[in-house]
Amino acid sequence: MDYEVVIGLEVHAELNTKTKIFCSCKNSFGAEVNTNCCPVCTGMPGTLPVLNQKVVEYAVKMGLACGCSISEISTMDRKNYYYPDLPKAYQITQGSNQICKNGGVEIVLDEGKSRKVIGIEEIHIEEDAGKLLHDESFSGSLIDYNRCGVPLIEIVTKPDMRSAEEARAFLETIKSILQYLNISDCKMQEGSIRCDVNVSLREKGSDTYGTRCEMKNINTFSGAERAIRYEVQRQKEILEAGGTIEQETLRWDDAKGRNFPMRSKGDAADYRYFPEPDLYTVVVEPQLIERLKAEQPELPNAKTIRYLEDYQLPLTDINLFIENPDKADFFEACMGNGKLKPRTVSNWILVDITRILNEKNKTLADTNMNPDKLCRLISLVEEGKISSTAGRTVLDEIIFSEKEPEDVVKEKGLAQVSDKGALEAIAKDVLSKNEKAVNDYKNGKTNVLGFLVGQCMKASKGQGNPAILRELLSNLIETL
Amino acid sequence: MQLYTLSASQLHDMLRNKECSAVEIANSVFERIEQVEDRVEAYITLTKESALETARLVDEKLAKGEELPLLAGIPVGVKDNLATKGVQTTSASKMLEGFLPPYDATVVAKIKDSLAVIPGKLNLDEFAMGSSCQTSYYKKTKNPWDLTRVPGGSSGGSSAALAAGEAILAFGTDTGGSIRQPGAFCHVIGMKPSYGSVSRYGLFALSSSMDQIGPMGKTVRDTAMLLSVMSGHDPMDATSSERDLGDLLGGLNNSIKGLRIGLPKEYFCEGVDPQILDAAHKAAKELEAQGAVLVEVSLPSTPYAMPIYNVLGNMEAASNLARYDGVRYGFRAADVSSYSEMFEKTRTEGMGDEVKKRVLLGNLVLTEGRKHDYYRRAKYAQAMMIREFDEAFEQCDVLLSPATPRVAFEINAPIDEHMKKFANDMFLTPSNIAGIPSLSVPCGITKAGLPMGLQLCGPMFSDGLLLNVAQIYENIYGGFNKMPELK
Repeated sequence: MDYEVVIGLEVHAELNTKTKIFCSCKNSFGAEVNTNCCPVCTGMPGTLPVLNQKVVEYAVKMGLACGCSISEISTMDRKNYYYPDLPKAYQITQGSNQICKNGGVEIVLDEGKSRKVIGIEEIHIEEDAGKLLHDESFSGSLIDYNRCGVPLIEIVTKPDMRSAEEARAFLETIKSILQYLNISDCKMQEGSIRCDVNVSLREKGSDTYGTRCEMKNINTFSGAERAIRYEVQRQKEILEAGGTIEQETLRWDDAKGRNFPMRSKGDAADYRYFPEPDLYTVVVEPQLIERLKAEQPELPNAKTIRYLEDYQLPLTDINLFIENPDKADFFEACMGNGKLKPRTVSNWILVDITRILNEKNKTLADTNMNPDKLCRLISLVEEGKISSTAGRTVLDEIIFSEKEPEDVVKEKGLAQVSDKGALEAIAKDVLSKNEKAVNDYKNGKTNVLGFLVGQCMKASKGQGNPAILRELLSNLIETL
Repeated sequence: MQLYTLSASQLHDMLRNKECSAVEIANSVFERIEQVEDRVEAYITLTKESALETARLVDEKLAKGEELPLLAGIPVGVKDNLATKGVQTTSASKMLEGFLPPYDATVVAKIKDSLAVIPGKLNLDEFAMGSSCQTSYYKKTKNPWDLTRVPGGSSGGSSAALAAGEAILAFGTDTGGSIRQPGAFCHVIGMKPSYGSVSRYGLFALSSSMDQIGPMGKTVRDTAMLLSVMSGHDPMDATSSERDLGDLLGGLNNSIKGLRIGLPKEYFCEGVDPQILDAAHKAAKELEAQGAVLVEVSLPSTPYAMPIYNVLGNMEAASNLARYDGVRYGFRAADVSSYSEMFEKTRTEGMGDEVKKRVLLGNLVLTEGRKHDYYRRAKYAQAMMIREFDEAFEQCDVLLSPATPRVAFEINAPIDEHMKKFANDMFLTPSNIAGIPSLSVPCGITKAGLPMGLQLCGPMFSDGLLLNVAQIYENIYGGFNKMPELK
């Protein structure tokens, strides 16, 4: 039987607000154990939560970026469960009436050849729990409460993904959006993005969903991809052997490359949700929505699509621009010139300029380059006035100086000779000195032409126009 | 004349007139505590040293001629479910034995700023669950008017301490009548302010949507003094209101001419002790003689108050009390080998039966499948009750009724049919469900010598008006401050 894979994701992202969600403790990673906590976030009896308005704002930003409708009124709920890292024995979250609902995020697939919108069920705000520490130097567990009350958003998708690749592309897109909005540090190694993956299989063409299994707390995107592939295979084998899938929660062990059962549907936790009486409803004023809409930058996925459509760049180039908005802005300013080919400009920026920046450990802002200066340099090469080798020399000269490309060309005598009379003399001289090569050519080894062009370039001190030389040489050989 | 028998406002004036010192006041109260505490058992913890330290500070300031804050030198007892920094706070549970909060409740910080003297932490029913002050893990408080009877609860330590002269003012907390019922049982004033007017930060939560901290005192003026210090917006409590209660002391003794007093017919019902009914009627008539207008009103959903309270209150309590797991503070059971075992054993050994019962009930009504029935219906009934109060307050300005259907019952009295049908708090709990302010004042002594209480309720933020009406009534009554014989 042909199976279709159905995947839904729940992505948790830690927000990079200055303070925690319900108290004024610093929200920062890596502090000494139990130093960023207070009576409120450690759930001391009598303490009360007060919602950080920045968290609301950040969640609305993400909601708008994911095309969600924003709830003007949403509610905070208690999710009740016992675990030693959860000091109140309930997590304050949004169980039934979330701040953002019903959106969609467009992702780019197949090297840019196709696109797909992944539906967003909802985005809600909640608090993170602490961390249990286990170590051989002590028995039992110790608890670090620094992470308690770190603000999270949870992005819940519709079951719209059909492969591990789509899930990966979605996760990458979400990460880049969070970065563009500057609302999360997105440091995977610090656990600032984690996801739960729901996987089910169904017969191709079926319009009902199969029984799903959930894998919890996966903290790398590649791990998510591996977990999905493993789970798809596991379910396929069960189904093909005539078995049925039991709804269960699994723990993905990335090191072992397999998952393990955590709990089955029968002992699924009843979280006894109810509205948090210590907080009133969360109100988002329409003015705030309008302001955040106006402030929203172009989002990375929209930008990717625009670059594909307007510039026909390869996805690898576009991804580099997405990751480096300063280079993207520079590129777009160069495109305003209107004469240069996007691919050419993109190569100059992403290859030649980037090489120098990496060598010197600098950024574009540290250079003396501006789009006009680069465009003039590229034009010199494109119009054949200098060779591309000479172009790179010019770049080296002007990138950290006030010098103009035209001045460097003159100063260093880099202008390319395109005068046929002058070049013909050089070509004749080279041919007369390389009889063997001429004979080889005549005997069909036409690739010696490259060698001959090289000899001419050498003779012209690199200034001869190689294209014209090539044409002259082949014509002259025929006449010999 | 013993200083401990006086009111806070009298002591306030005497201090400023140099008729007594703050240390003398504190010593008088501590001497009284020494005399009677073994009979009354109102305090879980005494803080004599820090109390005297504050008193000395007040005297120094007084000597220097500095302006003193309102409560300077006044002994204010603090119920033991309010966090006091570095001072054991137990909620009367074994679970919190030895727990030293790292912070002060907002109300505690406020009276400390006002240089009040805190004699100690007052007993209550365990986690404020109860109306007898007999479910405490530490001690069973007695009613100073009859030591064989309960002082009421859960703020029974507070009411008994005031009645016995072991404190001049006290904090109580009221989720379903826990300030007003013990007030009525002990012949003192107990007030549950409007929800949101007093910060709950530092109150060990029972039911967050109904809990309020309130003042208890021996006179209306004293009660108003304490409320004026403890109330006000608190950025640490998201449910605290920005609205000010106004000049509470300046508003006392305003004329009540034309004031419409509503008598809810459901609160003057069969089953209420006839002596209490008579006393409440008499009080209404006396206020009418002062120019008030009496109107009969109806609050038909009154019988639903206790069921609503039992669903919403226990549900929130179950969640609020889940944090007591033995991990971070307080009691932890010995000989356990896993978290779940530790959790289970700690709670089994650390909590009393009443607490366990309510936690179980609360979790039951929250269970998936049942939640819809219980929670939704309780919320619906709550909305109905609020609407009925709104309608009643179109016809009247305040409501007057008996505070409790009966006087203080005997310690260990078996729960009889009458108690099942007429809960102690049946007239008090509706104010918690609706969030409205409510207070109880003494309205007489029965032939058997037991105090009776009168309840006044008003619309949201009418706290000042209620205190004014109570003051007018206290004037008619001839002063509420009476000392029982402790027998």
